Amino acid sequence: MRWFWIDRYVEFDVGVRATAIKALTLAEEHLHDHFPGFPVMPNSLVLEGMAQTGGLLVSQQHDFMRNVVLAKVNFARFHLPARPGDTLRYRAKIENLKQEGASVSLTSHIGDQLQAEAEVFFASVDDIAEGQRLIPHEKFMDWLRMLRLFEVGRHPDGRPLIETIEVEAGPPVAVPVASGPHRIVPPPSHSRVGETR
Amino acid sequence: MPSHEEVFAKVRTALVDALGVDEDEVTPEATMVGDLGAESIDFLDIVFRLEKAFDIKIPRGELFPEDILNNAEYVHDGKVTADGIDQLKKRMPFADLGKFESNPVVQDFVLVLTVQDLVRYVEGKLNQQAKV
Repeated sequence: MRWFWIDRYVEFDVGVRATAIKALTLAEEHLHDHFPGFPVMPNSLVLEGMAQTGGLLVSQQHDFMRNVVLAKVNFARFHLPARPGDTLRYRAKIENLKQEGASVSLTSHIGDQLQAEAEVFFASVDDIAEGQRLIPHEKFMDWLRMLRLFEVGRHPDGRPLIETIEVEAGPPVAVPVASGPHRIVPPPSHSRVGETR
Repeated sequence: MPSHEEVFAKVRTALVDALGVDEDEVTPEATMVGDLGAESIDFLDIVFRLEKAFDIKIPRGELFPEDILNNAEYVHDGKVTADGIDQLKKRMPFADLGKFESNPVVQDFVLVLTVQDLVRYVEGKLNQQAKV
């Protein structure tokens, strides 16, 4: 599955805000149907990209251990068309966060111009999924690495954000990880929002 | 301490913003779910807005006691037991549970909460805060 509507993170301030970019290219097939001769990015996909930017910001607050899904769009406004050759800069800011969900404000810019804005709600859906991960944890970490999240992620005190490794219940074990330092966390039932490291 | 009208006006604004309803739809007797169309995700949105508007903290389950309603001890055959109703009354002194009590089908509980209940809840919190 390749439902990536952001290309990489350029800023990821844990628990606060994140910025990601999406480069638009004529190599994206759907643009040739939307519309023939006048390719513009569908607004639904702009919204999806903004939501992905914010959703991972929320997911990190649960150590990437809970299923975080877009649940509600309070409003979404699109001011300019996004066209091949444009680079969209998506910014997400956490407005409010609780264990069961978060509200996030989102913007999309082309250069200095506001291209779109939205306010959305994410829900943590573990109750429905009964603790089952919607996406296997290791695969999820692969995605975050592709998005270069850990290259820019940092905590409020300046410490870098590092990857989390899920282990089965039992005493923590050091697991050598090629990509660098990591933090061991227990499976989902123990994760708590707002835990400081 | 804000007046009753001030509290009502702020609660109304929160509901208009969260649910996309018109101001005149938000009457004291209007039910959150039946009349205003609130869904579960909306309740969290409303909690956030009320916390911000009134500078209060609303812990999970205080406004909507899902832990009682999901507790096998308090629910039999889809209906809330007498003990369960006691628990609900203790937890929600701001709510008028008379109608629910006469036919306590657990699935119907969510239909009980009115705008007035919400206003009373906020007033209760503000009173508590004022005493501290």
